[in-house]
Order: sequence, then structure tokens, then C-alpha cells
Amino acid sequence: MNLFSSLIKKNGPIIGTYLLIAIIFWFIFLIIIPQLYMVDLSFRPNLSPLERGGDKDFYTLEHYKHFLFGSAGSNNYFNVVDISVFFKTIFISIIVTILNLLFCYPIAFYIAKVAQPNSARFLIIALIIPFWINELLRSFALRVLLANEGVINTFLTQIGLIDTGLLFITNNVGLYSGLTYAYLLLMMFPLYNAIESLDKNQLEAAKDLGSSTFWTHIRVVIPHAKPGIVSGCTMVFMLTVGALATPVVLGGPNTLWFPELIYQWFKMSNNWSRGAAYSFLLLIISVIFVLTMMRLFKVRIGEIIK
Amino acid sequence: MSASVELKNASVTFGNFYAAKNINVKINGGEFFSFLGPSGCGKTTLLRAISGFQDLSEGEVLIDGVDMSRIGPNKRPTSLIFQNLALFPLMSVADNISFSLEVRGVDKKKRRSRANELIELMALDGQGEKMVHQLSGGQKQRVAIARALAIEPKVLLLDEPLSALDLKLRQRMRTELRAIQKRVNITFIYITHDQSEALTMSDRIAVMNEGEIEQIGLCADVYNKPLTPFVATFVGENNSIDGKLTEVSSNEATISTENGSFKSCLNNSDGKYSIGDEVFLFIRPEALELAKNGNFDNVIDINIDTFEFEGNIKNYFAKLGSNKKIKFSIPNSVDTSDIHSGSNIQIGFNKLNSVILKKGQLAVDT
Ligand SMILES: Nc1ncnc2c1ncn2[C@@H]1O[C@H](COP(=O)(O)OP(=O)(O)OP(=O)(O)O)[C@@H](O)[C@H]1O
Ligand SMILES: [Mg+2]
Repeated sequence: MNLFSSLIKKNGPIIGTYLLIAIIFWFIFLIIIPQLYMVDLSFRPNLSPLERGGDKDFYTLEHYKHFLFGSAGSNNYFNVVDISVFFKTIFISIIVTILNLLFCYPIAFYIAKVAQPNSARFLIIALIIPFWINELLRSFALRVLLANEGVINTFLTQIGLIDTGLLFITNNVGLYSGLTYAYLLLMMFPLYNAIESLDKNQLEAAKDLGSSTFWTHIRVVIPHAKPGIVSGCTMVFMLTVGALATPVVLGGPNTLWFPELIYQWFKMSNNWSRGAAYSFLLLIISVIFVLTMMRLFKVRIGEIIK
Repeated sequence: MSASVELKNASVTFGNFYAAKNINVKINGGEFFSFLGPSGCGKTTLLRAISGFQDLSEGEVLIDGVDMSRIGPNKRPTSLIFQNLALFPLMSVADNISFSLEVRGVDKKKRRSRANELIELMALDGQGEKMVHQLSGGQKQRVAIARALAIEPKVLLLDEPLSALDLKLRQRMRTELRAIQKRVNITFIYITHDQSEALTMSDRIAVMNEGEIEQIGLCADVYNKPLTPFVATFVGENNSIDGKLTEVSSNEATISTENGSFKSCLNNSDGKYSIGDEVFLFIRPEALELAKNGNFDNVIDINIDTFEFEGNIKNYFAKLGSNKKIKFSIPNSVDTSDIHSGSNIQIGFNKLNSVILKKGQLAVDT
């Protein structure tokens, strides 16, 4: 009620009501209901529409059990395949997030504090333009570059640097670079915004007091940019861990991505409940990641969203 | 330990615009030296050149006789206090103060004790653990000074550090800064556009205009014996009356104006003046007195316009002839009961209290 009256007061009755409806719609139909439905579904057996609500429809942990122990007939006690895909996905996502941060921090700093306004604008545009192209196409483009008989290998063989093509794709070089590239902007912009808001005098003051560039970053720039770092890392991690197109195109033959499993349950096996359970696991890991980051960097949720 | 700072033919250009032009000055070790000039005249640029953030396009900076051109800001024996202080908002007061020691790898115990020393010196007792935003304006000021002093620089550079404070605090900080300088005994180079700030604190000042130094000297000399019309009008208030020279001797001259002839001193005569030169006569408001109260070398007829009571003095604004204005100030104790708006009276001044200078640019009131 409070929200309603303040919206009306600020925006007038018509726009106020419109905003309120939009907020309620977004909150209930786009957040609460789909998530609740998914969670609910994950605790039910996989049933055909006709069987829903019948006597076979009861709450069960079978899908989560399947994730842990696999199907009854397998030789292993644990579901080694799914569990290892799960942790490998998380592990690679963490690496990708770190790579992203290491790659973006100097660039964001350069654009925000070193470059002249004109070249800063040019660099920002240069960063954005590749992202006008769809993620799937960008992945294929990288594949063209990195394939065993791709552009890079052909070039390196022809100038005589190597004899046989390097196995970029097999060794997941393609996967790492593709994933790092895919969500680059979501790291770049929070970092850029955070660093940009730092008073240039702070940098000069640190230098004047005898600080080396390294210490200035450790003691002044990074603490100031912390909310941006956390916000960039959480966004990149969540999107990477949930990526589908890039791992499908660039993943090595031995690397299965967890969302690929989810996709298989939904699409190929037509087992929505199991897909929902697997998705829910991914959601939980993302939430844990966000909370850990916030704890680690001692930032509050409000600062990240800024 | 203090150091001398010398600028030799120093210029800074941005494109083909000279922000500082051919600056020559030698600031002695242990001196409180101020650069005084209007906004945009190149003061900050000059200070940045001394601290190493701004490369000179010509000339050189010498600190204790050593050329600084290849030495970066973090290696110079100078500390800069920024116009906006630039304290680190995410560090405590003590951490701010000991930052320069921290980045030099000094251990925690030594840092602590040095910070406490400075906290005491700056009368910041009990503030060490606070964050910067919890301090008052004057306290922030002192933290900035303490931070700059922590590694015992030989030269402290201050870029209008008092401009953000209110008048009372500003006046108190002036006295304090001067006292601090005497206590730590290092060279202070202070820049400001506020002439009373420069005059009250400094040993010597340099008056700047449009990137160039107009005059360097002791405060009293700059005030009493300005060398250019700009200095005469920028430092303190001055009435200017224009006219032509009709008589010139080695240190005296007579100027003929629309409002009569006046005798005055020549400061930097050495043969530069001759009869017929277009000149300004400058007389400070406090050098003008009521003519009936004494004998004066010169007497002027004026017509009182308005009046302003300032407490210790009374300011009168009067018309001189048909189109000129003149201001004079009279101590509160002098009886002025017969002076009213519209009165025609006479005021006088002695030639020693006035100055004749070749025509040139005047400072514009801002
Ligand atoms: N990086 C720069 N590029 C181009 N012009 C500059 C630059 N820095 C300063 N200037 C110009 O140089 C002149 C002197 O600037 P400076 O900052 O030294 O003035 P200031 O005397 O400190 O003024 P204020 O009292 O307002 O601080 C100004 O006209 C300014 O516009
Ligand atoms: Mg300035």
C-alpha cells in the first residue's frame, strides 16, 4: 500500500497505476511463479499430463537421488558422470570468471582513467560492436579460428612455426576463450563504472605520497572498485555456469557442460522434472557463489546493484 | 630538513596556450612562499610542475640544486596537498596519515607511532580510528597536512587548501598553518587567489597573471611598492587615476589628470619615465584622509556618494569629477559627523603613500 501511494504521488494516477501493474506482473509472473513451479516440479515424478494430480503424483526426491547415485542399474555407487560434469562446470566457470576479471581490469582502468576522452569513447565502441553479433555466431567464429584446420593453425603451419595443428578445441582452449569472451561486457561495464567514479586526485595523491603503481591499485583503486568487481564476477559466473551455446560449439569432445545435461533432460529425454531438479541445483550453486563473494569482499547487496 | 626550490625559465604549454610562461623564481629552504593570482592564471599548473605531475615544456625545476626532470612525483622530496584534499575515504584517519610509510614497507608498529605523533602534532587526538567522512572540515584539513608530513618531505606544496572552509575557520587555519610551518621548519609553497591569505601567512609572495609572474617580493613590498598596475589593483584595493607625466625626477613625478595635478613617488624609475608618458596614479583607500585634518602633498575635491560601515573603518564612495569614482576608508575613531551623501569635501594624501606606474592591465574585480 505504501509502495502504491508513493508511486501515485510521484508519477500521477495513470502512470503510477501502470508502474504498479508492471512491477506486480514482473514480480509474480516472471519471478515467483516460474521459479516456484520449477522447484515444485523437481520434487515430483516425471508424469504425462494425464497422470498429473492422480495417485502417482506425490512428492519425491528421486531426481536429486538420481543426480547423486545414478540409475539403479549402474555399476558405480555414485552418479560419477553427472557429479563430475557438475563440479567441472563450476570449476571452469570460476576459472573463466577469474580470467575475465584479469582481462577486463586493466582495460577498464585504462579506459576510465588513462585514455583521453576521445580514444576512451572509441575503445568503448570497439568493445561493444562485436556483441551486436549473436552469441552462437561468435562461438562459431571462434571455432573457425581455433579448429584443427582453422585459420590460426593454417597460418602457423604455413609460416613454419609448427608442423601439425595445435589441438585448441580438444584441450578446451576454445571453451575457455569462448566463455571468457561471451560475457566480457558484463564484467567490463561494472568495473568501468566503478573505476570511473574514482577521483583522479586520489591516484595522484597516492603517487605523490610515494606509492608505486602496484600499491596504488591494491590500496586505492581495488578497494574503491570492489562493488564493481563483485557485481561483474557474480554476473559473469552465473551466466557462464548457465551457458549453453558456447559450450556446445566450442567444448572439447570430453567436456560436457552442465546446462547441456539439463537441455538433454528437457528436450531429448522429455523428463521435465529431472531437468527442473538439475536446474535448481545450478541455481543453488549460483546463490552460494554470490553469497561467498559478498562475504569474501565484505560488500552488501546494495553496493553491488549500484 | 627543508630544501630550496628553483624554477628556471619554466614554461608549460597546452597546445599553443601558455598556462605558465617563462617563470623564474628561487624559493629558499624553510621559506613560506605564496603564489598569488586570479583563477586560471596557472597556479595549479605550476605546483603540479614542481611536484612532478606536469612536465615542463621548457626550462627546469631544481630542488636543492638538483634537476628534477627525470624524477617522478613519487620520488621527489615534495608532498602535495590537493585543492580537494584527496583523502582516502576507505581508510581510517590513522591509515591515511601513515599511507606513505605503508607503501614504503615500514612495519606496523613504526607506522602506528608515527601516526600518533602526527595526530598529536595536528591536535587530532582521539580521531585516529575514525573514517574521513566523520570529520569536520577543519579536521580533514589537518589530516591532509599530517598525511603529507608523514615521510618528512623537504617541501610542502599546498593548492588552495583553505578555499572550501568558512571564513572563521579559514582565518584560524591561516594562523595554524603558519605555526605548523614554523614548527616543522620545511619549505611551504602555497598557492591562492585570496590576497589576504597570502599576505598574512607568507614570507614572500609572487603575484601571477595569465601564466606570468608580475612581481616577487616581501609581502609589505608587494603591497606598498607594486611594480605593475595589475599588482597594484590585485593585491589589496587601489584607486587608479589616469593622466600624463608633466615633471619627472629620479624618484618623484607629477601627474596631470582631469582632476588636477598630483605629486607622487616613482618606484622603479631608473630612467624609464619621461615627460608626456601615459600613466596611472594609485592611491589606496586607507592612504586618503580628510584634508581638514592635516597637511597633505596633494588635495582632491570630491563629492560623497555612498557610505558603508565596516566596524573598524568607514568606507566612503565618492565621485571625482564627472565620471570617476574613488573610495576612501577612515578609521572609526575619526569624527565624520559633517560628511553626508552629497557633501562636497576635500581629501588629501601624501606622495609617499601613492605610486605612479606606466599604463597597463588592471585586475578586474570578480
Ligand atoms: N590539462 C589541461 N589541458 C588544457 N588546458 C589546461 C589543462 N590544465 C589547465 N589548463 C589551462 O591552464 C590554465 C591554468 O590552469 P590552472 O589550473 O593552473 O589555473 P589556477 O591558477 O590553478 O586556477 P584556479 O585558481 O581556478 O584553480 C587555465 O586556463 C586552464 O584552462
Ligand atoms: Mg587551481
